[in-house]
Amino acid sequence: MKFSYFPGCTLKNKAKILDVYARKCAEVLGAELEEIENWQCCGGVFTTAKDEVATKLSSVRILKEALRKETDLVTVCSACHNVVKQTNYAIQTDKEFAGKVNRYMAEDEYNGETKIYHYLELLRDVIGFDKVKEKVVNSLNGKKVAAYYGCLLLRPNSVMRMDDPENPSIIEDLIRAIGGEAIVYPARNECCGGYVRLESPELANKKSNNVFNSAMNAGAEVIVTACPLCKYNLEKSGCEIPVVYITELLADALGVKEDADEQ
Amino acid sequence: MSSNKKNLQEELIRISGVNPRKCMRCGKCSGTCPAYDEMEYHPHQFVYMVETGDIEPLLESESLYKCLICFACVERCPRGVEPAKLVEAVRLAAIRKQGNNRLTANDIPALLDEDMPQQAIVSAFRKYTK
Repeated sequence: MKFSYFPGCTLKNKAKILDVYARKCAEVLGAELEEIENWQCCGGVFTTAKDEVATKLSSVRILKEALRKETDLVTVCSACHNVVKQTNYAIQTDKEFAGKVNRYMAEDEYNGETKIYHYLELLRDVIGFDKVKEKVVNSLNGKKVAAYYGCLLLRPNSVMRMDDPENPSIIEDLIRAIGGEAIVYPARNECCGGYVRLESPELANKKSNNVFNSAMNAGAEVIVTACPLCKYNLEKSGCEIPVVYITELLADALGVKEDADEQ
Repeated sequence: MSSNKKNLQEELIRISGVNPRKCMRCGKCSGTCPAYDEMEYHPHQFVYMVETGDIEPLLESESLYKCLICFACVERCPRGVEPAKLVEAVRLAAIRKQGNNRLTANDIPALLDEDMPQQAIVSAFRKYTK
């Protein structure tokens, strides 16, 4: 199985481990992730305004490149996934927007053909959690893991279609597949404060505190996320338990964490 | 309503794709908003004030920069009004005016620390700067 892969800017810098472990685990699980060449940043957040076209073109280029290679596209970062998927949806559903986008593009028309998988969806829908479970060599042994979804993986559900936006289970199912105990807590799909950290750190602290206190009160020993900004916000706000990436936990369970660390 | 107000109202409705007249004033958007306490005008007020053309106070409000773009109000609105898209349209109307950028490249170094992900800076720029 070959896929186009879009890591995004943060995974090449502050969140390198999210990327390195994602690749290593995919290799073990039989999925080949081929990085898109010469990609640009997705933009970080999707601008919902219909007259914003230029700001969405970098995402369109990623989608077009995956189509040219006749592969589905895989993303890992929650923010990249949200931006690329919302851009694709806008092209599919808004003819006027699609027309403007295509007038910027030199080559063939793009009409939203590319299928996008978040890494979690790749594990669930393509590889299968049962297959993941078979490959576990280093079980989490009942470790109490709290899945933190945040906003961007799930909302808006009309576009994202990953899971039930109010009662998701995809990360919990992964945790169980690799031998952990999934801790379900009220704030798992609430916002960490996001980029507002730059301007109003006190607001980001308040939001992040709400999330990790909710997880800790439910008995969590570790929080797991797919988003570098969620991880950063929780840690900066003084989270007392470790916050790790989904791929880090998975790499550990699949026994490839040390190999990946050497690379 | 003056023609200037009317034009601005129409532009906001057009670029956001939001129809404020669908709102039934249940307040669920504001009830679920994680930035509610920090806002002077709340999501339901954005919808109401755009509908009535009372847009000037919104353009001047700090509330524009408190929205976390978490899409909670979009997801939970029982009428599919999608208030966050209207907040974004008003914010764009504010920062697209010359000299109204909320954040400039010169502001960034003072806000950084060594762990901050690139994503935070890029996102803030996308939301605060034109």
